[in-house]
Amino acid sequence: MAQYIALVQGYMAFGIGLIIGLGALGACIGIGIMGSKFLESAARQPELIPQLQKFMFLLAGLIDAAFLIGVGIAMFFGFANPLLTAVK
Amino acid sequence: MASSYESPSEYISHHLTNLKITTGDGGFWGTFNLDSLVMSVILGVVGLGAFWLAAQRATSGVPGRFQGFIEIVLEFIDNTVKDVFPGDRSFLAPLALTIFVLVFMMNLMDLIPIDFVAVLMGWLHVPHWKSVPSTDLNVTFAMSFTVFMMIIYFSFKAKGVGGFIHELFTAPFGSNPLLWIPNLAINIIELIAKPVSLGMRLFGNMYAGELVFMLLGLLGMLGGVYTAGSIVLSWGWAVFHILIIILQAFIFMVLSSVYIAMAHEHH
Repeated sequence: MAQYIALVQGYMAFGIGLIIGLGALGACIGIGIMGSKFLESAARQPELIPQLQKFMFLLAGLIDAAFLIGVGIAMFFGFANPLLTAVK
Repeated sequence: MASSYESPSEYISHHLTNLKITTGDGGFWGTFNLDSLVMSVILGVVGLGAFWLAAQRATSGVPGRFQGFIEIVLEFIDNTVKDVFPGDRSFLAPLALTIFVLVFMMNLMDLIPIDFVAVLMGWLHVPHWKSVPSTDLNVTFAMSFTVFMMIIYFSFKAKGVGGFIHELFTAPFGSNPLLWIPNLAINIIELIAKPVSLGMRLFGNMYAGELVFMLLGLLGMLGGVYTAGSIVLSWGWAVFHILIIILQAFIFMVLSSVYIAMAHEHH
């Protein structure tokens, strides 16, 4: 029994690492591309900064959302551990 | 306090459980999350009351700070909706304002220290109390499916019953009868994806933020230096979280307006 629980927990730790790590990777690349494009366009046309800034924050929230949902689900698996009920 | 719990996972799962009441047989339709309901009603009344008070006291002379703040919010929402929806916005702008204020107030409850609420409710002998309604999937989905119903309503209103059904069958690819089924499938997926992503995004952000607060609270369980560290780190996360609170309310508002504006467009 203890072995099975350890097996589930081990895989789960692995999965949590993958969820947070890959999610962070994608979100960071996305934010980086968006930020660099925003700075480029702001340097080219500084009078558009107020209009662009609104959309930049909107998109930052959209890009972050998938990552944060992933973090939430990973944390939930880490603490509440619903998959262990199948073993017990 | 965190130290009155037996294990870290007990602390987390206690803080993640809603106060439930069951009526009739219970189950999916008979269980209510009392804390989410009570908190959302209180926050709605407070938000509405603040705007009502500002409207009662409004002067055309030199406005006070309170009136100035309310005017800034109103103008900001009105300009945002104006950018998104060019037509008559006498319905959409108040709707966007309501969504923004309500979601903002709900998210703002995240800044109340979690153990403060837990200790207070412990004194009142209430077993569970989640003070942030937007960390409850029921609340966020209730709001996003209300927006969904409005999308359907405005699609019918702008295009007529025949026009909307015609668009469902012919929209992306064309009106060849062979393409009716793929068109319908794509349109249904597109329609359902809107409320689901809207609700999941708000829920996920708030839930993850709340969990980070809980993990930092767990750090305080160790005592001594760690308690001080947990206070400092919680404060830091709260400052960062202010951005997320406003941003998520803004995104929910903008996307609802965009979806409803899209419902008015003819293909």
